[in-house]
Amino acid sequence: MMKRITIEPITRLEGEAKIEIFLNEEGDVEEAFFQVVELRGFEKFCEGRAVEEMPRITPRICGVCPGAHHMASTKALDAVFGVEPTPTAKKLRELFYCAHMLSSHILHFYFLAGPDLILGPNAHPAKRNILGVIEEVGLDIGKRVIKARVYAQRIQEIIGGKATHPVFGLPGGVSKPLSEEEREQIEEMARFLVEFCEFSLQLFDDLLLKKKDIAELITGDIYRHETYYMGMVDENNRVNFYEGDIRVVDQEGREVARFKPEEYLNYIAEHVEPWSYLKFPYLKSIGWKGLVDGRDSGVYRVNSLARLNVADGMATPKAQEAYEHMFEKLGEKPSHATLAFNWARLVEMMYAAERALELATDEEITGKEIRNIPEGIVGEGVGCVEAPRGTLFHHYWTDEEGIVKKVNLIVATCQNNAAMCMSIKKAAQKVIRKGKVDHGLLNMVEMAFRAYDPCLACATHTLFGETPLEVVIRDHEGRVLKTISR
Amino acid sequence: MAEFEPKIIGFCCNWCAYAGADLAGISRLQYPPNLRIIRVMCSGSVDPEHILQAFRMGADGVFIGGCHPGDCHYISGNYKTMRKVMLLKKLLPQLGLEPERLRLEWISAAEGARFAQVITEFTEQIKKLGPNPWKGAGR
Amino acid sequence: MSKLKLAIGLGSTCSGCDIAILDIAERVLELVDLADIVFWPTAMDFKLSDLEKFGEGEIDLALYHGTVRTSEQEHIAHLLREKSKAVLAFGSCACFGGIPGLCNLTSRDEIFRTVYKETPSTDNPDFVTPQTEVEVGKFKLTLPELYDEGKALTQVIDVDYFLPGCPPPVELIEKLIPVLRGMQAGELPPKGTVIASEKTVCDECPLRKENKMIDRVARVHEIIPDPERCLLEQGILCMGPATRGGCGARCTKALMPCRGCMGPPPGVKDQGARMISAIASILGVEEEGQMSEEEVARIIDGIKDPVGNFYRFTLPTALLNRKVR
Ligand code: SF4
Ligand code: SF4
Ligand code: SF4
Ligand code: FES
Repeated sequence: MMKRITIEPITRLEGEAKIEIFLNEEGDVEEAFFQVVELRGFEKFCEGRAVEEMPRITPRICGVCPGAHHMASTKALDAVFGVEPTPTAKKLRELFYCAHMLSSHILHFYFLAGPDLILGPNAHPAKRNILGVIEEVGLDIGKRVIKARVYAQRIQEIIGGKATHPVFGLPGGVSKPLSEEEREQIEEMARFLVEFCEFSLQLFDDLLLKKKDIAELITGDIYRHETYYMGMVDENNRVNFYEGDIRVVDQEGREVARFKPEEYLNYIAEHVEPWSYLKFPYLKSIGWKGLVDGRDSGVYRVNSLARLNVADGMATPKAQEAYEHMFEKLGEKPSHATLAFNWARLVEMMYAAERALELATDEEITGKEIRNIPEGIVGEGVGCVEAPRGTLFHHYWTDEEGIVKKVNLIVATCQNNAAMCMSIKKAAQKVIRKGKVDHGLLNMVEMAFRAYDPCLACATHTLFGETPLEVVIRDHEGRVLKTISR
Repeated sequence: MAEFEPKIIGFCCNWCAYAGADLAGISRLQYPPNLRIIRVMCSGSVDPEHILQAFRMGADGVFIGGCHPGDCHYISGNYKTMRKVMLLKKLLPQLGLEPERLRLEWISAAEGARFAQVITEFTEQIKKLGPNPWKGAGR
Repeated sequence: MSKLKLAIGLGSTCSGCDIAILDIAERVLELVDLADIVFWPTAMDFKLSDLEKFGEGEIDLALYHGTVRTSEQEHIAHLLREKSKAVLAFGSCACFGGIPGLCNLTSRDEIFRTVYKETPSTDNPDFVTPQTEVEVGKFKLTLPELYDEGKALTQVIDVDYFLPGCPPPVELIEKLIPVLRGMQAGELPPKGTVIASEKTVCDECPLRKENKMIDRVARVHEIIPDPERCLLEQGILCMGPATRGGCGARCTKALMPCRGCMGPPPGVKDQGARMISAIASILGVEEEGQMSEEEVARIIDGIKDPVGNFYRFTLPTALLNRKVR
C-alpha cells in the first residue's frame, strides 16, 4: 500500500511550493518531491520594455530580496550601456547592498530558522515562532531584533528611496547623493548593527552549540549533502556580495572553475522537469544526472554556506574570526552540513555590518559625483551579485534604442532547487520510518528546505502562533487513511 | 458571408468638423453610413479615455475632427488633441490594435466635401483592416 | 470588546506586501491585539479547509495581495469573499493587477516557450513543460493551471476597500489600525474607500513646478536632472500627475520619476489615458503653433514603451487590458 503525504504550505520563492512525500508498503519514504507551483514569466514580459526601467521592474520577482534584483539589474545596465559607475556611486550601491543582506538575513535567522533551532524542532507548534523566540531569549533581545531589522530597512530606504522595491540604480551610478546628515544616521545604525551581529554570533554559540541535540542535528547525517558549491569572491578569494569572480569548488574544496559573471553561460545550464514550474540549474561541464549528489552529479549549491565554502576567508576582522570559528567547529571545509547555512548566514551578517560601517565612514561616500552618463549602447549585458539566497544573474539583450529584446534570469533560489529536493527526500527518509509521522518529524523535513531560505513564506511561516500544517496520508487508491494537523 | 460593415465613432468639434458634417449633409454629399457622430464642444475635450473606451466597446475605427490649427475656439484644444492622438498611435500597436484605426483631421465648417471624402477614405481603410481585434477579447 | 478576525490571502505575489506589513514593526503587535489573524497563507499552511470551516461573513476583514493568476488563487479569492464581511485589496497587484499583470502583453504559451525553451541557459531539446498532471514513475503529481492572463481582485470578486502601493507605504498600512478599531465598534468605512490620498503624487512632491512646457523628453539614464525641479518639466516622464498620492512621493524624493504604483487618481479609470492627457498638455512650446507637426512627432518618438511605463501597475484594469492579435 502506498501512502502519500502532502505538506502544502504556501511558500514564496518565485511563487508557491509544496512538498509531496510517498511512502512504500513498509511505510518508509520512497520518493519525495519539492514542487514549485507557480510561474510568472518575467523573462517574457520584460521584452519590449525600455531597458533602463528594468531595475524598477525586476525587483517584483521577489519582495524579500528586491534589493538583489535591483542591484543585479543595475549592474546589467552598466554593461548594456558600457559605462562604469563613479567611485562614490559604487560605494553607495555597496553600502545599500550590505544593508539589504543584513535585513534579509536577520529576517531569516530570527523569524524563520531561529524558532526551529532556538526552540528545537519538537517545541510546541504554538511556540515555534518569533514570539516564542522572544519568550525564550527575553523581550529586551526581541526588541533589539526588531530594531536591527528596522535599521537595515531604513539604511536601504535612505539610499535607495524605498526599502522594498528600491529605485536609485542607474547605468553608471545612482540617482541621488548622500547628505552628511544621512551619512551620520547610517553610521550610527551601522555601529548598532555590528554590535547586534556580535551578539547574534554569541547567541548561536551559547544557545545552540551547547545544546547537544541541536549541535548533532547541524553536523549529523540527516542534513548532509556532498555537492559542488558556487559563490562570488574578490581578488583575494574572500567573500564578496557586490562584485568579483564566480568560483566553484568541489566536494573536497578544490577549485574547479573560476569565471567572470558574464561567462556564466559556459558554466551553468538549466534542466526542466514536468512536475515543477521551477527549472533545475546544474554545472554544464558535469551535466544533469538527476537529483543526486556527489562528484559525478552537476548539482551545486549556492547561498550562505556555499559562499563561505568557496572562499578562503572574509574581508573584515570580526567576520574572519567568526568564519574560522565556524569551520573549526564544523570540523570540515567545505562543510556539507545543510543546517550550517543558518550559521554561515550569521557570519555573513557580521561581514555585511562591518563593511557597512567601513563604507559609512568612508570620505568618498558623500561625494557629489554620483553618475556617469552613458555615451552609447553596447546592447547586451550581464549583471551579477550574491543575493542573500545565492548567486543571481540578470542578462539583457537590447536593440540599438535600448529596448529589451531578450532576458535571461538565473535566480538564486532556483539554483538550490535540485539540492532542496534532495535534502527534503533525505530528511524524510531519515525521520519518517514505518509510517510513523508526527509533527516534530514533519517539521524536520521542512527544516531541510527552510535552511536554504527559499523565501518569505518560509520566513514568516511561523510568525504568528500556530502553523496549521496539515498532512494527509493516503493509500494508493487515494483514500485518506489519516490526517494530521497541527 | 456579408461584407464587413465597420462601426466608426466620430468625435466632431461643434465649431468645425460637426458643421462640416452638417454641410456635407445639406449638400447631399454621399459618404458611408458607418460613422456615428458624437458632437463635442472642442476636439480638446475628447479625453483619451473616451477613445480607448470606444475601442473597448468594439468600435472598429475612431475619428476625431477638429478646427484647423490656429482656429480652435478654445485657443489650443486642437494642438493638445494632436499630441494625444500621436501618443495613442504609439500605444495602440503595443496592445495589438493598428494605429490606422484612429484618425484625426482638421476640417472647417466650410469643408463639407472634404468631410465626406475623409470619411469615405477612412471607412475604406477600416474595411481593409477588418474588425477590431479587441472585440470579444475584452474582459 | 471582542476581538476581530482578520484573514490575509494572496495570489501571485512577490511577498513585498507581507514584508510591508512587517515593516510597521512594533505596531504589528497593536494589530494582533485588535484582531486574531485567522488565516495568512504566507504565515500559515495553505489548507483551504481552515478557511472553509468559517461560516459566511464570520471573518471581519480579509486582505488579499497579489495578482490573480492561477485557478487556486481565484478559488481563495472567492472563499475569502464568502467568509468575510469586508474584503480589502492590498497592494497594487490586488488593486490593479500590478507588475505581474504585464503578462497580459503576452500569453501562457509564449511564456512557456521563452522560459522553458528559448532562454540561452535552458537545456531542454524536447521542450518539456510543466504539466497540470504528470506521472513520474508510479507517482502522480499535480500542478495548478496557469491562466493566460493576470487579473486584479476586482475582476474576480466584489471588493470593498483598496490600499494601493507597491508595496503599500507603511504610513498607510498603519491606517488599518484605526479602521479595525472602527470596525470593532461596528463602523465600517464606506464601500469603495481607498486608503490613500485624494490628490495626486504631484501634490506631495517637494520638487518645484514652474509650469514650463517641455520641448524634449529624456529617459532616466540620459540626463542628470536639477535636483530641485519637477522632473516632468525637465523632460523625464514622471507619472506624478496621473497617480494617486499617499506614498509621500517616495520616488521623486530619490530623484527618480514616479511610475504610478498608487494607481490612477480619484475619478480616473485609466491611468495611461490620464498620463497621455498630462503629457499632451505640457509638451510643446509656450506659443502654440510655433512647433511644426513634425517636430512634435519627433519629440513623441522619444517616448519609449508607453504601455510599460504608463500602465506598469494597472494594465489588467485598463480599458484595453491585454494585447490582442
Ligand atoms: S503590490 Fe508590489 S509589493 Fe505587493 S505583491 Fe505586488 S509586486 Fe509585490
Ligand atoms: S510630475 Fe513628478 S516630479 Fe513633477 S511635481 Fe509631479 S511628482 Fe513631482
Ligand atoms: S512616487 Fe509613484 S511609483 Fe513611487 S511610490 Fe509613489 S506612487 Fe509609487
Ligand atoms: S473648438 Fe474646434 S478643435 Fe477646439
